[in-house]
Amino acid sequence: MDTLLDARPGAPTAAAFRGRPGRRGRAVRVLGYLALVVASAAVLLPFYWMVMSSLKTNNDVFTLPVKWVPDSVVWHNYVDIWRKSDMTTWLRNTLTLSVAVTVLQVFTGSFAAYGFAKVRFPGRDVLFLAYVATIAVPWQSYMIPQFILMSKLKLSDTLWSIIALQAFGAFGVFLMKQFYESIPDELVQAARIDGMSEYGIYRRVILPLSVPALASLTLLTFVNTWNDYLGPLLYLRSHSIWTVQIGLKSFISTYNAEYALIMTGSVLSVLPVAVIFLLGQRYFVEGIATTGLKG
Amino acid sequence: MTSMPVARRRRSRPVWRNTVVGWSFLLPNFIGFAVLTLVPVVLLFYYAFTSWDVFGGAEWTGLANFRQLLHDHSFWTALSNTVYYTLFHIPLTLAASLVLALLLNRKLRAVAFFRTVAFFPYITSIVALAQVWNMLFSPGYGPINEILRAVGVHHPPGWTTSADWSMPAVILVGTWREMGYYMLLFLAGLQAIPTQLYEAARVDGATAWQRFRAVTLPGLRPTTFFVTVMLTIGSFKVFDLILVMTNGGPGQSTLVLSQFIYQKGFVENQFGYASAVSIVLFVVCLLVTVAQFSVNRRRNA
Repeated sequence: MDTLLDARPGAPTAAAFRGRPGRRGRAVRVLGYLALVVASAAVLLPFYWMVMSSLKTNNDVFTLPVKWVPDSVVWHNYVDIWRKSDMTTWLRNTLTLSVAVTVLQVFTGSFAAYGFAKVRFPGRDVLFLAYVATIAVPWQSYMIPQFILMSKLKLSDTLWSIIALQAFGAFGVFLMKQFYESIPDELVQAARIDGMSEYGIYRRVILPLSVPALASLTLLTFVNTWNDYLGPLLYLRSHSIWTVQIGLKSFISTYNAEYALIMTGSVLSVLPVAVIFLLGQRYFVEGIATTGLKG
Repeated sequence: MTSMPVARRRRSRPVWRNTVVGWSFLLPNFIGFAVLTLVPVVLLFYYAFTSWDVFGGAEWTGLANFRQLLHDHSFWTALSNTVYYTLFHIPLTLAASLVLALLLNRKLRAVAFFRTVAFFPYITSIVALAQVWNMLFSPGYGPINEILRAVGVHHPPGWTTSADWSMPAVILVGTWREMGYYMLLFLAGLQAIPTQLYEAARVDGATAWQRFRAVTLPGLRPTTFFVTVMLTIGSFKVFDLILVMTNGGPGQSTLVLSQFIYQKGFVENQFGYASAVSIVLFVVCLLVTVAQFSVNRRRNA
């Protein structure tokens, strides 16, 4: 699990066996840095531009030559946006959805994963295959029957539709199963001999051991729900239940020439995710690495 | 492993009890999964053979939808645009993420910082990103063309306002956004390669390029396979990026399959016809995945 984090300086990696320290080694190292600096600049440029534009007056966003730094910082956009849009409602809806989906996905996913990883019963592996296979089936190909089904269940145009859509995905099951399989079966067997029930083992043996994986799943699900655009686009028609993504999109079409304000809205929609990512990036990285190991 | 059945029989928990307990764990998730994923997938294969639209119920029409597809010009445009996106997006993202992973897999300071930076676009919302990129790509006053003019390109492309350049623009943004994610997968793969192999290659006097060819690439093969499969499915279903960046335009220059399904189904309410297009998307993804798996198996054998 921690392997990815060992890429820090000092950890024995493949590079440790490359060039001995010498002029050539130093040149390679400098080139490596240079390439990374250029790549980071390319990755960060749009974010830089987004933040800078949100602090400009509208007329200063597009100028020739481009102003990379605003003449004077305009904080006013960050006041105006709340007045001109329903940002508060959107953020509240998005937060509600993200929390509800995350709670459900983490609970049902980790629970089901225990059944797949630690309980043996006929048909289990076939069923798991069905879960994995849906990863190769694009959601776009069954969104229409799903939409019709949701409408029949009277869920469309309610926040419940998004919860139903996101909370039972195969991803959580997959991630947690991968992790549980790294926990030795002997541990579970020993608990069984001690007379613990399977539910007791799940709660008192497995869950405490899987805190890092649970953290990964929590953060990935939260961010994923926060960023979802297609689900809300199809299901949330009433303005009062809009999420920040769909609200921002409509704001962009309504005020299509208010560039600075649009960038302010964009910054606000990205900011919570950025904070969560910076605080918990270790868990993001580990979660991704776990799902990728399947190969 | 072989002693397992004996050990289990000794503790003898009846199979039916294990089955009940096992299912009780699966059920909370499985009910949702079955209702919202498995059932729709099955229904899809029924709707696709019906003439269901806003005016009436699902009436069985056999292959009529598919015959109509064959003559639908927009469908073929959407299909070929999807292939266009896929053909460029896969190799570009594969190369970019592999190079980034190789650069980061060494004893450099600030590796953690660079990794964070590269991954950041992947977790940023697509609406905000598409909007920023549209402004960056703006032909007259956008920073990108400004930079291009500064380095001597006198007539920089019109990007998302030009039918020829809109797809390259979308591909660029798609690659920029996803490379950090696949880079993480490659990094995990790189660190699973035993360092002794590099040592041995060095002792044998292999150059850096030879070590890359003989140790790194073969060692990465499972990761490369996984990344390629994920990238392929991801490219064929590309949707939200295009929807918010170009909405398929200008004209139909960036219309892709997913968006065509969306238009037919949710804008024009032709559920039956849209389901037929969905089946094409479904089958294409399935066939490509199966083909990749069988090629991979043959190569490993």
